[in-house]
Amino acid sequence: MSALASVTLRLPPVSGYDPWRVRADFPALRQRVHGRPLVYLDNAATTQKPQPVLDALLGFYARDCANVHRGLHALSERASRAYEDARAAAARFLNAAPQEIIFTGGATEAINLAAQSFGRANLRAGDEILISALEHHSNIVPWQMLAEQTGARLRVAPIDDRGEIILEGFERLLSARTRLVAVAHVSNALGTVNPVEQITRLAHASGARVLVDGAQAAPHLKVDVRALGCDFYAFSGHKLYGPTGIGVLYGKSELLESMPPYQGGGDMIRSVTFEKTLYNDPPHRFEAGTPPIAGAIGLAAAIEYVEGLGLEAVARHEHELLAAATAALERIPGLRIIGAARRKAAVLSFVIEGVHPHDVATILDQEGVAVRAGHHCAQPVMERFGLPATTRASFALYNTCEDVDRLARALRRVREIFL
Amino acid sequence: MTAALEELYQQLIVDHSRRPRNFRKLEPAERSLEGFNPLCGDRVRVYVNLDGDRIREASFEGCGCAICTASASLMTDSVKGRHLAEVERLFEAFHKLVTGGSPAAETELGKLAAFGAVAAYPARVKCATLPWHTLRAALAGSRQSVSTE
Repeated sequence: MSALASVTLRLPPVSGYDPWRVRADFPALRQRVHGRPLVYLDNAATTQKPQPVLDALLGFYARDCANVHRGLHALSERASRAYEDARAAAARFLNAAPQEIIFTGGATEAINLAAQSFGRANLRAGDEILISALEHHSNIVPWQMLAEQTGARLRVAPIDDRGEIILEGFERLLSARTRLVAVAHVSNALGTVNPVEQITRLAHASGARVLVDGAQAAPHLKVDVRALGCDFYAFSGHKLYGPTGIGVLYGKSELLESMPPYQGGGDMIRSVTFEKTLYNDPPHRFEAGTPPIAGAIGLAAAIEYVEGLGLEAVARHEHELLAAATAALERIPGLRIIGAARRKAAVLSFVIEGVHPHDVATILDQEGVAVRAGHHCAQPVMERFGLPATTRASFALYNTCEDVDRLARALRRVREIFL
Repeated sequence: MTAALEELYQQLIVDHSRRPRNFRKLEPAERSLEGFNPLCGDRVRVYVNLDGDRIREASFEGCGCAICTASASLMTDSVKGRHLAEVERLFEAFHKLVTGGSPAAETELGKLAAFGAVAAYPARVKCATLPWHTLRAALAGSRQSVSTE
């Protein structure tokens, strides 16, 4: 690229959001891969971490490392305060109350917690769990396990050729037997943004509780659990520029109050004798053992970082990238984009005629472009579209138009090799 | 394109992936078995007919990526007419080649030597070896499908 073009691209867009300045906060993005500057487009798998998150983790381990809610010493007090401040940050992020925020190991554990605690206490043989055909395996398998344990039945709402949930199909499956609806806010495989507010309204009208899997939504949309009305909301820290090993389950207070513990151990109890143990109040009832303290503190730093940029500005920027990438990829002969939902987050799944997605990913990697290829832990979605796999480019707040350009150029190389 | 990439997707491999040889069902087949890589979804079914302890015919169906398809294509070509003990030696040499150990006798590998570049891509080794694991399990008389995991 000419120096002039590169200067033009580096100008901040009219919206005032400057991805080039944002990039500078992410040390991992400064590296070269196979001799080329890294273009990281595997953000739906995990995101890179900004310096403030790295600083928060190091700060905890270097100064404040202690267990929480136990020690009567200065370090433990600092750690406890930072951990509960992180809970408050997560609550604010979702527009929830701190006691409605349970820290987990990730979105997967959050869903398993809801399934095993709420699900086992409330579902009986003959009840139904309703999910959609768009779900990630982590929002399928925990419900299959619950169904096996309780005798409940798993029902699946269909999706159309665009990759959108067919609402009439969803409504048809909704009945008095439906105890729980579990649905992704954003599809990880296709990027579809599901109408979870409407789905929640429909589910509540028929007496079902609703869990929203927000793993792919939290980094891209402003989430307001009060406005959505859902009963549970799950997300992961590492897809939101935070550390791995931390996630959040939001649950409505009155629900959490009535739910039995998920795991037994320290911190989740009020008193223990060999005859009887009294459980602690939520959210501590659901956090047995030493929690992911550093993870929670890192997540809080990530939330502050994203809020500092403004999720609306981030979403606008990512939509520009998605539109640019869609236009660029549509011009590549033989390339077909999978998933044409009317509302889409920054995920672009595609196939190239005659070239397997794994070969595409290997060639892109050699060009310094990191993407994912495979079934994206959503085999039923792949089956719905009659594909064994797709290549997926997923964008984040630090990606630029130049990244889109590099992706498109690398994809032309793929065609050169195979055609 | 980088040299490593050119080597991985050299003409022979691209050609066999686009026009795989022995790509058909054998009917009847004395031995047939499916192999599956659950991580990437590659799936191959290998068919074999024997003459005593010599492979008379070998073919395959399925597969996924170029490396897996080309490997199955070149494998079925290479093992035809060979004694089972020779096939086993060939597999060992091939396995060494794609996992980065230098093969005992590269000459013995013939066209299979084209897969040497796979060693530089650890994530792709299973693509190259899936057809071989499936063939060996089929020859050993297994009826259980083979998985790379």
